[in-house]
Amino acid sequence: MSAKKNININLKIWRQKNASTKGKMETYKLDNVSTDSSFLEMLDQLNEQLINNQQEPVAFDHDCREGICGMCSLYINGRAHGPDTGTTTCQLHMRKFKDGETIFIEPWRSKAFPVVKDLMVDRSAFDRIQQAGGFVSVNTSGRTIDANATPIRKEDADKAFMAAACIGCGACVATCKNGSAMLFVGAKVSQYALLPQGKVEATERVLNMVRQMDEEGFGNCTNTGACEVECPKGISLENIARMNREYLKASVL
Amino acid sequence: MALDSKIPQGHISEKWTNHKNNLKLVAPNNRPKIDVIVVGTGLAGASAAASLGEMGYNVKAFCFQDSPRRAHSIAAQGGINAAKNYQNDGDSTYRLFYDTIKGGDYRAREANVHRLAEVSSNIIDQCVAQGVPFARDYGGLLDNRSFGGTQVQRTFYAAGQTGQQLLLGAYSALSRQIGLGNVKMYNRHEMLDIVKVDGKARGIIARNLITGELERHSAHAVIIASGGYGNVYFLSTNAMGSNVTASWKVHKKGAHFANPCFVQIHPTCIPVHGTNQAKLTLMSESLRNSGRIWVPAKKEDAEAIRAGKLKPTQIAEEDRDYFLERKYPAFGNLVPRDVASRAAKDVCDAGHGIEANDTNEGVYLDFASEIITKGKQAAFTQGDHNPSDAKIQELGKKWVESKYGNLFTMYEKITDENPYETPMKIYPAVHYTMGGVWVDYNLMSSIPGCFVAGEANFSDHGANRLGASALMQGLADGYFVLPYTVSNYLADEIRTGKISTDTPEFVEAENAVRQSIEQLINNKGTKSVDYFHKKLGLIMWNKVGMARNEKGLTEAIEEIGQLREDFYADVRVPGAANELNQELEKALRVADFIELGQLMAKDALLRKESCGGHFREEYQDAEGETLRDDENFAYVAAWEYNGSDASKSVLHKEELKYEFIKIAARNYK
Amino acid sequence: MAKSAFLKSSIAKKYWMALTGLFLCLFLVGHLLGNLQLLMGNNTEAALQFNKYALFMTTNPAVKLLSYLTYISIIFHAVDGIYLAIQNKKARPVAYAMSNPSKNSSFSSRNMAVLGTVVLIFIATHMVNFWYKMKFTDQIPLQTISVDNGMGGKQEFIITADYGQSKFMPKEQLDGKNLVQVGNKIYITKPIKVEFAEGYKDLHKVTYEFFKSKAKLFNVIPNEGLVFTLFYVLSMAFLGFHLWHGFQSAFQSLGINGKFTPAIKVFGKAFSVIVPILFAIIPIYIHFISK
Repeated sequence: MSAKKNININLKIWRQKNASTKGKMETYKLDNVSTDSSFLEMLDQLNEQLINNQQEPVAFDHDCREGICGMCSLYINGRAHGPDTGTTTCQLHMRKFKDGETIFIEPWRSKAFPVVKDLMVDRSAFDRIQQAGGFVSVNTSGRTIDANATPIRKEDADKAFMAAACIGCGACVATCKNGSAMLFVGAKVSQYALLPQGKVEATERVLNMVRQMDEEGFGNCTNTGACEVECPKGISLENIARMNREYLKASVL
Repeated sequence: MALDSKIPQGHISEKWTNHKNNLKLVAPNNRPKIDVIVVGTGLAGASAAASLGEMGYNVKAFCFQDSPRRAHSIAAQGGINAAKNYQNDGDSTYRLFYDTIKGGDYRAREANVHRLAEVSSNIIDQCVAQGVPFARDYGGLLDNRSFGGTQVQRTFYAAGQTGQQLLLGAYSALSRQIGLGNVKMYNRHEMLDIVKVDGKARGIIARNLITGELERHSAHAVIIASGGYGNVYFLSTNAMGSNVTASWKVHKKGAHFANPCFVQIHPTCIPVHGTNQAKLTLMSESLRNSGRIWVPAKKEDAEAIRAGKLKPTQIAEEDRDYFLERKYPAFGNLVPRDVASRAAKDVCDAGHGIEANDTNEGVYLDFASEIITKGKQAAFTQGDHNPSDAKIQELGKKWVESKYGNLFTMYEKITDENPYETPMKIYPAVHYTMGGVWVDYNLMSSIPGCFVAGEANFSDHGANRLGASALMQGLADGYFVLPYTVSNYLADEIRTGKISTDTPEFVEAENAVRQSIEQLINNKGTKSVDYFHKKLGLIMWNKVGMARNEKGLTEAIEEIGQLREDFYADVRVPGAANELNQELEKALRVADFIELGQLMAKDALLRKESCGGHFREEYQDAEGETLRDDENFAYVAAWEYNGSDASKSVLHKEELKYEFIKIAARNYK
Repeated sequence: MAKSAFLKSSIAKKYWMALTGLFLCLFLVGHLLGNLQLLMGNNTEAALQFNKYALFMTTNPAVKLLSYLTYISIIFHAVDGIYLAIQNKKARPVAYAMSNPSKNSSFSSRNMAVLGTVVLIFIATHMVNFWYKMKFTDQIPLQTISVDNGMGGKQEFIITADYGQSKFMPKEQLDGKNLVQVGNKIYITKPIKVEFAEGYKDLHKVTYEFFKSKAKLFNVIPNEGLVFTLFYVLSMAFLGFHLWHGFQSAFQSLGINGKFTPAIKVFGKAFSVIVPILFAIIPIYIHFISK
């Protein structure tokens, strides 16, 4: 275990009152941050300091703080969810930073994710993509066939799971130089494309989800692969390829 | 008001079927004329909203997060129980029913629990049909594992992310209904009051968290599915935003709050590291399938470990105390959560704790022997019948990784220690609340038209919840219970017509909310909301935590009362009411937590017995096990609100009758 | 909606980029194989072989079809690429104050538009210098051979495909009045215009002179052959970076990502190094090594 110690840091944080005002970077100094703190606990500490100094605390999204809800975001020192790979901001710890370091904290930047306040953005575009086709059209009667009636190859089930592990945080969009959402959409399309339950509506699904994605103003994928590297859940680029395949099938056949 | 649980007549296995057959229906052409509000979009809320939307009701769903997909059900790791008996190890609906009642230490309602066990199978069928990617074996069939408090393998899972996969399944069903226009979704909205008209639930007041605007929403029925109240302890495994506000507001408007003192302390969480900590992280119970829990048998070894002079791997096998295996040989490391937590507390209280923090509280969860066992097995499968130690280690670690990889990574990220090489350090933490809004068999609270589902209600887990049962209950309530029972209620509402939000009841409710917000904003005190929340958490953890006694509880009631006064006198909420204001959101929630905390202490004080998660030091047997008092306390304590001083709340009792299970001492030895 | 979206959607644009890109890779291979003949030296046989090849490439109908496909591909690839780059720019209206993309993606992958633009400029100048002259002007003389006239002097003969028994025709006969050159063909103008013989445009010579020219570029920069050589080599470096990402990226866009991906990546990287290097060797050889 790393030795317990405290560090002093400088923070450059994007402050923006609401969606319709312009924002700017502000500088803060924060002392005595435990290296065992998570990044968000460090921001809690900053907010406590700001409140005590009669200043307005920094608004940022967070909820589960165990890397699964996808609520936390933050572009830290030029990278989505900070310098660690495979990590959400809430699981990033201050031991990754040095004493005296200056840390840049910005919101996700994307036309489709407008800033709501400070570091919070509106990611409802993802919800709308999901609503366009990210489901199996089955009613909740509980009178479907027995769960084991259709065996599914373990390999397919595992791949579907790995695609479904997406937490919808938007790091892929934030990190992509084109602001493309294809990793998110590809993962959802893939999950269903790999399972027999999802195959029935595969054509409509991929066409509708891609149409919605385009309408939301996301950029186009140029296969830089940055999304895969920064995805906290390690969603593979294979999922984008699979979506491309599914789209081709759906369009041509 | 007398509590009528409305349990149907008949044999336990026929109650639900008969009841369903006798419930009233709403014809499809009438459903679009009826509005239903669902607060919360976790497993219970999302599945209820999706199901009701699918039926054709006009549904409005609310969540405070930026998307319904982020509700805290998503964080459930281990699995979901269902009596499928796919593993052919003697499971059945009855056995799941029995295990759950016993696991809840005979403080849950028989009829509800049996219904839960009955529909458990349907949940799995439904989720598979929705494309939830459960773990499968090489034959392509669903895999299962074991959880605490059971001797069968009935837990379905998706790696360590079962809650996520189930929630995303429910979210996909909900998204489908939103896309079809049957459900209107209100993200980043928080319910701040329920509106009653003529005694019935007729709508809510919600705050748009982006603009700060207060909105009135009317409906013919309101479903509260806003989760549990573990955050009353400040530090818990709950999400930061998890709160009791929706439940507390309906309680304040007349719904009884049941068994608030029944809180589950989960045995395997990462220990507290420091004062700035905001959140505790759970390590799934499934780890207890493979990990062995121990502390140094000698106090001096524990001291040396805390001082950093010894490493756990240097403690010889005979100097380790595998205390769960020693005390409970039949269930070993897989005893229920309350039992495991208490045992860990006992050894730490006795000075064997290994964590070098303020409290020295921590025990080891060790995978070394499982790595060797599985490594050997894997080597044998590969045809190597004389594998080297290195090979065994390599293959064993690989096996562990395939089973628990994501949890191990998470542990390493948080603690900076490699759990493949050195045992995990764990300690109990607040995890789940069995108590909640009192509901009848139809999941309706004591306010007509106000239903409560999932963790927010009290109904199925008694005094302790078994692992992998929360997901089961959430989905059972949302998919398979509420659609029937809500329809039954709404059958009498088809002539009501649209409900106006301009009535005095709505105006009054909105004004009251506005006033409480302004009071907080204008308070201009000197201390942050978190200051008070942390204080409350400390009182709760120390005096209404894992072990409680009369003195501590009496003090807690007193101290929380004082804290409430201090809070309103000195809290500082920066910013304004008409903007996005996270401090205001927190303040409104903490105000409710304070009242609830006091009620929990009061409830714990009055329950002079030990059962499940409620351990009163005065009531234990010679071996330190819980001592239940079935004669005097086999009841649900349902509290009626009587002002913000919760110590003045009025107690109502619902007797628990066990007709089909023989009530007995809970024994896991 | 399905079919119409196929041309407009973000994914469809990827397909077209990939298909045209891969087709252009094939073109590169063909073009390279032909051009490598320039390495056979500065002599009549080598030149003749190259010029014959050039004639074939400009006249064969199948090759013509392929060349039209190539033009379309270049235009589409460029237009679509520029369009995508503009759209992608719009997707992030506010830039990050601090960005650290080298941690997650390669230089090539992030700069495809810039690299592609440089390659496009190169293609334009390259076509003006050779392709345009070859196809649309008579600026390229027919290949001749210098033969000893037995009197201590030399006589220039145009090499023709069929000129009576001989393969040669004295150059002075091509006086631009009675005998004129149109394209690579020689016509008798009187009494009526009749095809007389077919020669070979001496692209080989033009190429060699281009890279060996000592003239001043724009009347300023001395030794323009060296400048051209360096420009070509540099352009090939840009092409290499473009291909470094582009080749394997095309397969991903077409939905091919699986067990063959590692092999595709290795092949793509080899391709993006070897092809531009071989192209670049040609001007280097001509300028520095050949006679």
